Order: sequence, then structure tokens, then C-alpha cells
Amino acid sequence: MSYLFAKKDSLILWKKNLVSFWSIYRQNTMGLIGLFILIFFALMAIFAPYLVTITTMVVDGVTQVLHPPVKGFWLGTDDLGKDIFAGVIIGSRVSLLVGVAATAISMGIGTVIGIVSGFYGKTVDAFLMRFTDVFLVIPWLPLMLVMAALLGPSLGNIILVIGITSWAGTARIIRSQTLSIKERPYVERARAIGSGDTHIMYYHILPNVFPLIFANTVLVAAIAILSETTLSFLGMGDPTQVTWGMMLHFAFSMGAVSFGAWWWLLPPGICVVLVVLSFTFIGYALDEVLNPKLRRRDQ
Amino acid sequence: MSMRGYLLRKFLQALLTIFIVLVMNFFLFRIMPGDPIRVLIRNPRISSEALERVREQFGLNEGRLFQFWIYLRDLFSGDLGTSFNYRQPVLEVIMERVPATVLLIGTATILSIIIGVVLGVILAWKRGSRIDVIGLSVSLILYSMPTFWIAIIMVMLFAVYWQIFPLGGMSSPGVFYTTFWGEIASKLRHLFLPAVTFALILIGEYVLIMRSSLLEVMREDYMLTARAKGVSNRNLLLRHALPNAMLPVVTLIAINLGFIVGGAIQIETVFSWPGLGRLMYSALTNRDYPVLQGLFLFVTVAVVSANFLADILYRYLDPRVKS
Repeated sequence: MSYLFAKKDSLILWKKNLVSFWSIYRQNTMGLIGLFILIFFALMAIFAPYLVTITTMVVDGVTQVLHPPVKGFWLGTDDLGKDIFAGVIIGSRVSLLVGVAATAISMGIGTVIGIVSGFYGKTVDAFLMRFTDVFLVIPWLPLMLVMAALLGPSLGNIILVIGITSWAGTARIIRSQTLSIKERPYVERARAIGSGDTHIMYYHILPNVFPLIFANTVLVAAIAILSETTLSFLGMGDPTQVTWGMMLHFAFSMGAVSFGAWWWLLPPGICVVLVVLSFTFIGYALDEVLNPKLRRRDQ
Repeated sequence: MSMRGYLLRKFLQALLTIFIVLVMNFFLFRIMPGDPIRVLIRNPRISSEALERVREQFGLNEGRLFQFWIYLRDLFSGDLGTSFNYRQPVLEVIMERVPATVLLIGTATILSIIIGVVLGVILAWKRGSRIDVIGLSVSLILYSMPTFWIAIIMVMLFAVYWQIFPLGGMSSPGVFYTTFWGEIASKLRHLFLPAVTFALILIGEYVLIMRSSLLEVMREDYMLTARAKGVSNRNLLLRHALPNAMLPVVTLIAINLGFIVGGAIQIETVFSWPGLGRLMYSALTNRDYPVLQGLFLFVTVAVVSANFLADILYRYLDPRVKS
């Protein structure tokens, strides 16, 4: 019974926290803009198949390749005469999917390594942190490119490669927070009544590093989206999928630059920039909400 | 901790990192599904003698540990293998392209630090004003753009539409210069656009870090003291605030190196700049594994060493860390 009550209490606390969190967050213009853009693209990704289909522009039996924007083909056509506007909207699906999945992997690895390293300390910590430092110092793009090249181009591999190369920063941040939390009285109390290590890490440390994980997720997501675009552009993407990165890859390798086909090169890039920017804005806003020192006094 | 102890610890750490990178570099290329040597062996056109030579060369008849030993031995004698594509030792292929990359990265880094620091100071000094808001937004937007995409836009604007600068490369094909200065001028014309693009990508971060670092320093008590003593605004900034505020910039240069390498791959690809980044791109597209492996190692060791040097420099610059 008492366990049940505790669960209910924590639920009320959660709700209360969420309400007070929102009341601070919504005062932040940047944060609101970011949230708005992100919701826009999320809806676009979810409903893309119902909104558009990628068609080919044919006039009098002739396929119109590299055609500038006209009515019906709002962003013109690519080298195969395909509708770029529809491509950009469909492309949001896989681009965002890769971002979300890679972020989940990255945050998972980073959180586990950070908590375990900070909690156990000593040899475990020394070993894990050396390992983390190696990942921090290795230039990320060459590492991702080499791994992607060896694994072969597929959607799953791209997600995996981004996930396992981008966790080091998270691990560092989570570790330092864990170091301070494990010294708190309630952890000592939990240990005194016989809680095991796993229990303490899961029930006492994880909930307390959660705000940090939350804020960091947003920034990792921005990096993941940028990484997908860059890997795809450099030819390591899955050629069977439509993503913003793949569109830019084909545009570049088919000579859209010297042709001056801005309608093919600009839209996918603008989408990437908007999504990354929205994550960055939300990240900044979260930083101010979760880190009261940064809040301006006049607010 | 004494300076010597600190140096030794940092040095050992750098060595350990390089060793881990070596192990990773070996196993990544040997164990992963796309293993280049296994691919080579499976090639049906390869003769059995040649196959035996390859097995012998890489120690494939021996254990994994022995293969690693062969790899290390070859590495330390400067043998990084032979490029599939150029049919030339990998080390030679790499070394030929170092100067172009150093020229590009060096110019871009210097440009971005100078402009970034100046802009950061202006934004911090005018905190909360319209300039601050605009500067901050532009920095954030630049920071959110894929590097290669900015490069593409720059090429489209300045080389395709306005045709002020060449499309790419380091020299114009088929053009020969009779004078030394003519050649230099042509090189500079080719360098300008990629270097400015590169700088544009790096500036954002320098502006942001300079701004926040200066704001932090300006809140310090000694700044209030200096102001109370009647130090002029100019001196306050140049003598009291800047020297301390510049320190994080030094760290950022080192931290950024990995990012700079990533930027070089993208910018050199878009601008066909004949450096290491473009070499990496062509090694990827041609699946030239020996070059890829050698290049990855080369770049990583360079970044780790540079980080080590920055650590030392930082300690030298900031007396507070020494005690």
C-alpha cells in the first residue's frame, strides 16, 4: 500500500513540477519559437504520406528535368524530373527518424556510462573516463565516415554509427552530476536500509540526473540531424531512402551547383537548418529554465 | 601539482589515447563486415600465389594478436600500405596533400579568431542591445548550418551567379604563370572563397564563447575595483578584461580541432581543394581502404597531439592553473 501511495505522490509531484516548468519555459521567446518549429516538422513527418506523393513532371510526353519552380511543382524538379517539394516533405520522415533513433542510442550509452562511472568511482571511473576521452578527442566526422564505410550504407547502420560516436559529451556531464548526487543523504539512507547498487542508481540517481539528460537530449538531437545530413551528403547514406541529406547528395553529385539549380539545393538545407535551430533554441531555453543562475533578474 | 608531473601525466594520457586509437584503427578495419582484406581475398580473379602473398603479408595464417603486431611494426617503419587507387605508398599520398590543408585550415582559423574575438567583444560590451540580439541570432544560425551546405551556397553565389571567384581547386587547369607573383595571386584567388567559408563556420562559436567569457569576467570584483579607480573604458577592456576572457578561446581552438577536420572534409569536397579532406572523400567513394585507414590514423594522431600542446599552452598562459 505505502508503495502505491509513494507512486501517487511522485505522480502529483511530477505534475506540479511540469506545471511550474511550463510557466517559466513559456516566458522564453526563443524556446517557444523552437518548440513551434519542431512541432511543425513533427506534424509534417507524421502526415507526409497523406499530404504529397513524389510525382514526375511530364509536359507533352517530355520529362521536365531540372525545371525551375512553377505552379503545381512549387520547388521545381530534379535531374529525373521528380517533384522536389514533395521530396522535401517526404524527406522529413527519415531525417527526423534518424535523428530521434540516433539520439536515443547516444543518450542511452551516455547515461549508463556516466552514472556507472560516477557511482562506482575509482578503477571503473578511471577506465570508463579514459575511454570517453578517446571518443571526445577523436575527430567525429572521420570516425563516423570510416565506420559507415565499413558497415555499408543502410539506414540502420547510419543510426548506429551516429549513436555510438556521439555519447561522450553526455557521459561526462552525467558523471559529474552523479558524483554530487551520490554524496547526498538520501543515497546514504537508501544504502543504510540495504538497497543494492542497481536499485540506488535506478531509483535515486537516475531521476535526479533526469533534468540534465532532458536538456542534453535536445542538443544531441541537433548534432544527430546534422550528422545524418553530412554523412548522406558525403555518400555514406542509404541510397534507397529519401532524406534531406540524400537529396543534397544527389543534387551536388549531379552538378546542380554549376547548373545554378537553387530550387534543388536550398529547400532541403533550409529544412535541416530550421530543425537544428529549433533544437538549439529549445536547448538554450531549457538551460535557462533548469539552471536558475542563467535566468535574468528582470524576469 | 608540479609542472613536470602535470606534463608527464598529460603526455601519458595522450600516448594512451593514441594507443587506443591504434587498436581501434586495426580492429575497425579487420573485424567489421566490410573488412577490406577479406574482400580482397574473396576476389575470384586473384591468383593463388598472390593470395598466399597477401596472407603472408598480413599474417592471416597467424592469430589476431600476431596480425596486430605486424600492423604496429609496419606502422612504426612508416609503412601504411599501398593505395588501391593511386598505386603509391599511403604515407606519400597523405604527405603530398598536407600543405594544401594546412594552408586552408590555417588561414580560416586565423581569420575566424580575429573576427570572432572582435565581434564577441562588441556583443558583450553592448549586451542586450539590438546589435547583441542580431549578432547572437546570426551566430546561432551559422552554427546550425551544415558546413557543406554553406559552402555550396557560397559557390553558387560567388562563382556561379556573380563569377567573382573560381569554382574550386587550387589553380586554374591549363593556365601557366610566367611570374612568381602571378602564380601567388592565382593561388590567393582560389584560396579566398573556401577560406572565408570555413571562417564563417568557425566564427559563430568564437563569438559565443568570447561574449559569454567576457560577460563573466566583467562581473568579477576586480573589474569593479578597476572601474572605481577611474580606469578608462578602453583600458578596462584591453588591460583588465580581455587577457582573462581570452583564455577559453585558447581551449576552444584545441577542442575545435576535431570539428575543423570535419569541416575540412566538407569544404575541400565542395571546393575541390586538393587537401586531406578531399582525399578522404575520394578514398571513401573509391573504397580505397589503405588510404582511409592511414588517413584516419594520421588525422587522429594530429588532433591528439594538438590537444596535448594546447593543454601545455593553456597552463603556461593561465598562472592560476599552475599552483
